[in-house]
Amino acid sequence: MSTVVLLVITGLGLGALYFLIASGLSLIFGLMDVLNFAHGAFLAIGAYGTWWAADHLPGAGPAGFGFLVAVLFGVAAGTLAATLVELCIIRPLYGRHREQILATVGLSLAVPALIQAIWGADPLTFPKPELVRGAVGVLGVNIPKDRFLLILAAVAVFVALWLFNSRTRYGLIVRAGVQDRAMVTALGIDVRKSFTLVFAIGGAAAALAGALGGLYFGVVTPTQGLSLLIFAFIVVVIGGTTSLTGCAIASITVGLIQQFANYYTVAGLGDIAVVIVLALVLLTRQGGLTAKKSAERVA
Amino acid sequence: MMTDTDVAAKAPETTEPPVMKDVRARRRLPGWTAPVVLLAVALALPFSTLYVPGLFEGTLNSPPTLHLVAFCLVFGGLATSYDLLYGRVGLLSFGHALYFACGAYVAALLMRVLELPLLWSALIAVVGGTLLSLVLGAVSLRVNGIALAMVTLAFAQAGSILISRDPGRLTGGEEGLSLNTAMVPDSFVGVFNTVNLYWVALAYAVFAVGVVWWLTASPVGRVWQGIRANEQRVAVLGVNPYPYKLVAFTVGGGLASLGGVAYLLVTGGVTPVITTAEFTLTLLVMVALGGAGTRWGPLLGAVLYTYADHRLLQLGGSDAFAALPAWIAAPLSQPLFILGTLFVLMVFFFPGGLVALPGRVRSALRDRRTART
Repeated sequence: MSTVVLLVITGLGLGALYFLIASGLSLIFGLMDVLNFAHGAFLAIGAYGTWWAADHLPGAGPAGFGFLVAVLFGVAAGTLAATLVELCIIRPLYGRHREQILATVGLSLAVPALIQAIWGADPLTFPKPELVRGAVGVLGVNIPKDRFLLILAAVAVFVALWLFNSRTRYGLIVRAGVQDRAMVTALGIDVRKSFTLVFAIGGAAAALAGALGGLYFGVVTPTQGLSLLIFAFIVVVIGGTTSLTGCAIASITVGLIQQFANYYTVAGLGDIAVVIVLALVLLTRQGGLTAKKSAERVA
Repeated sequence: MMTDTDVAAKAPETTEPPVMKDVRARRRLPGWTAPVVLLAVALALPFSTLYVPGLFEGTLNSPPTLHLVAFCLVFGGLATSYDLLYGRVGLLSFGHALYFACGAYVAALLMRVLELPLLWSALIAVVGGTLLSLVLGAVSLRVNGIALAMVTLAFAQAGSILISRDPGRLTGGEEGLSLNTAMVPDSFVGVFNTVNLYWVALAYAVFAVGVVWWLTASPVGRVWQGIRANEQRVAVLGVNPYPYKLVAFTVGGGLASLGGVAYLLVTGGVTPVITTAEFTLTLLVMVALGGAGTRWGPLLGAVLYTYADHRLLQLGGSDAFAALPAWIAAPLSQPLFILGTLFVLMVFFFPGGLVALPGRVRSALRDRRTART
């Protein structure tokens, strides 16, 4: 029983991490049809930004609210990077999907290499804030506190995105754009403004994932982003691109499957099980679990 | 459809404008000239003692140079096999590394565990890689576009995880496997025999390029062209695109696994680096750099990329770099940073790749001339 509880909460933590990455990816992909390989770069920027700020920024550090400041700095760096990427690289290539993908691929190779050039390829120990040091007993199991922080952050992001989507005018435009971009443009709304917005939101979420991922794994590495990104892609495909809820459900499913299969079978099989689930979903229900629209619009 | 905007669709041969009926127009050389000349140069390379300062470290026939060129050629063939999918048929696969790694790892394992001789190991590895790509292709090609990219990426990721987790202490985990030299003919072992490895790499590159060119010129290639331009239309015309795409996927996978065997020989070992998604992304960069779907593009892109990757790494460790301030030297010592940045710039300013460059320059010059008159 205690193992199950531990696995569930760790799985949820991992799922939270996936959700933070995948929510931005799915928004970007749904609205702009851009398969954003640079998302891993935003994640790395967020992680290294937080790591750097914890050491160098005044007021930031592992003590008290210092960690919050560091995370804020990391998220700000990620958001800025994402906005710049959208404005300088994605926007000029608007309408040329293959070039957009290629450009983000180039970024996904260049940015981790740059980070590696500055801080080296070795994993850096991530400062653990006092707030989440240690463990909490839940149903007789000691669970590391950072898992709860991850889950809380993901829930907060989910609620914020949901409110943004359903309560604000921009959210309305984004949702309409995901459904039918041409129609939104025809109605006289400049849908491109929402592109930048969506990219910034996605970058912020990814950077947050980077910062919290540093907590989860205990270290940051330049290439962490890409390996997490692949699972986030899987989440996006399973969850479909039209609904935030689908994305959340898919994240949790993938996180839980991974944890349980990795624990009860050979380590590594969980990751492969996720891939098999993806293949099954794609081959039986195109467009993900919740979406009615097929994911292959771009082709 | 993104295929419609693909600039690379036009090979440089066809961009030659028919409007300029100039009497001084140079006589066109027959189409086989360039391949024959290049092949002759490649064949003569190991016999030349020419020293090209700056370009290579030693003379042309010195082992380090031959090794570097052999490396470039293996990647040239591999990129050509990837271009068969990406450039010729328009299939965006992110799993090509899987078949390459399958060839290399299966061959290495057979030689190591079962102690089969090189020829048999290579044969089984290539047949295995081809079958794997046939099966996975049959499954993945049921979806299209981005979904296809995702499925292939996921399969390759599964393979990558499998290999790096080191099941049964077989694949050597992060360390990888070294070539079991006892099973390899002596002529492929040792620095003195680098020239033989060069022949292997050259043979592979020629074979891969030859197969791709031959298939592209065949009736199957016509259908591929059609699928790339507009798949629905091909289907409406009564041709089922699925088997044609599967053929491309299987041939591409088979060529990649053959490349894996060549890679194993040339590098004398294999590491999980070649199984990663990043590796497939580099292949994509190579192909797009040279020019997707063109005759020479993938080969050129891969050779240039591999060469630059190696030389930049060497330069990064050289004394000339130590003199530079740290904030310049550090990024420049990362080949991937330079190549990635260059690639983004390429996508912006020279879509269609390097191969399309002469045509673009020519048309730009022509525009200026017509503007003046």
